[in-house]
Amino acid sequence: MSHLMESVRNGLWRQNPGLAQILGLCPILAISTNMVNAVSLGLATVMAMAVSNLVISGLRRWIAYEIRIPVFILIIAALVTVLDLAFNAFFHSLYLVLGIFIPLITTNCIVLARAEAYAAKNGVLESTLDGIAMGLGLVWVLALLGALRELIGNGTLFSGIDMVIPGLSPISVLGDAYPGFLLASLPPGAFFILGGLIAGYNAINARRAARP
Amino acid sequence: MTLPDSALPDTTPARPSFLEKLPPAPRRALISALGLTAFTVFFTALMAFTHEVTRERIQAAAEQQQMRLVNEVLPTEHYDNALLSDYIDADDRNEAHVGRIWRARSGQTPVALVFNTFAPDGYGGRIDLIVSLDVDGHIGGVRVASHKETPGLGDYIDPAKDRDRQNPWIRQFAGKDATLPLAHWAVKKDGGDFDFHAGATVSPRAVTRAVGRAAAWVHARRDALFAAPKETHFNAEGEKQ
Repeated sequence: MSHLMESVRNGLWRQNPGLAQILGLCPILAISTNMVNAVSLGLATVMAMAVSNLVISGLRRWIAYEIRIPVFILIIAALVTVLDLAFNAFFHSLYLVLGIFIPLITTNCIVLARAEAYAAKNGVLESTLDGIAMGLGLVWVLALLGALRELIGNGTLFSGIDMVIPGLSPISVLGDAYPGFLLASLPPGAFFILGGLIAGYNAINARRAARP
Repeated sequence: MTLPDSALPDTTPARPSFLEKLPPAPRRALISALGLTAFTVFFTALMAFTHEVTRERIQAAAEQQQMRLVNEVLPTEHYDNALLSDYIDADDRNEAHVGRIWRARSGQTPVALVFNTFAPDGYGGRIDLIVSLDVDGHIGGVRVASHKETPGLGDYIDPAKDRDRQNPWIRQFAGKDATLPLAHWAVKKDGGDFDFHAGATVSPRAVTRAVGRAAAWVHARRDALFAAPKETHFNAEGEKQ
């Protein structure tokens, strides 16, 4: 059990894809303009990672070493295509917003990185859990980044929630009079805020390490 | 999950097979190639299967989305035909970029034309629009179907992003006459009739021009458009094919 807990701890904190490995920056920066988009794409990534790790660890005995990378890419691309079609069919309006970023999960290097570094060498259960934990590590960073960008940029939270759960409406935290701060919504703002989060992450780790 | 045998790299037949007679390097290459082929066939089949299963739902969702936009520019009580299937297509490389045109009728009487068009010159590229134009040449409404304008700056062309909820910018088009000279189809800064928000002129400028151009193009051809049989194709010169 302890190695499973270790997997979870690695994904969520110690080797967090967003803050420690800094892998998969493309979706982090592009789609985190608001919290709902960020979390939706994050959860799609969790699904892609869990299933790709599951399939790859299950098939690892039959994947010849020389061709493992093309086979991993093939498996990931096929699973992401399935996910893309499913999103298109069942969450159509959200699909229109996430658009090109769902197919781009294929090229998110964190997915291939976990396949190569973990799923190719470990059992099905551990690998699936690793995929979920790494994915959730990305989700919470995306959620925080999306929330901060939306709050600073627009003064709202949960805008676009009605596309996922019809009937709910966004919260205007800072009021309608808030003029908005455009930089936070633009790509440079994503870099600044992510930089701030990484600094905070490192500070917390440093303080922990300094404690006797 | 079971795999075809060709995916197994360590096949051990009793008699020396063709594979075993090969030197190690080509043998390894052949095994890899067969393995990769097997994986490709299997996962392509998986994708094809998902595509089949989801196709109808995706089509229905796309139509629903289209209908939602159409309803915003033309209330359903104005017509009684099956609007989405009563369309004609124009080649949108025409000078007004008019694409698909739906024809709303009440009984046999033409009511309005709803059409897709786009502004090629938005700040972030192409802005897709849907416009309704009644038979008298008045615009019923305009909506942005998709755009890549700067969030918080030029994206007020989409009423969902417009801070002025009561009177969003895009509403100005309602009631405008398609026969207005093209010079009027511009933001006030350029001497036209349309308001814009300070600091973001490129997006509204592109939208106003595109709507003016497209409305004039459609209005000039309205009789031919209403009379043409379903699914007629108009070429880029605006002639029937």
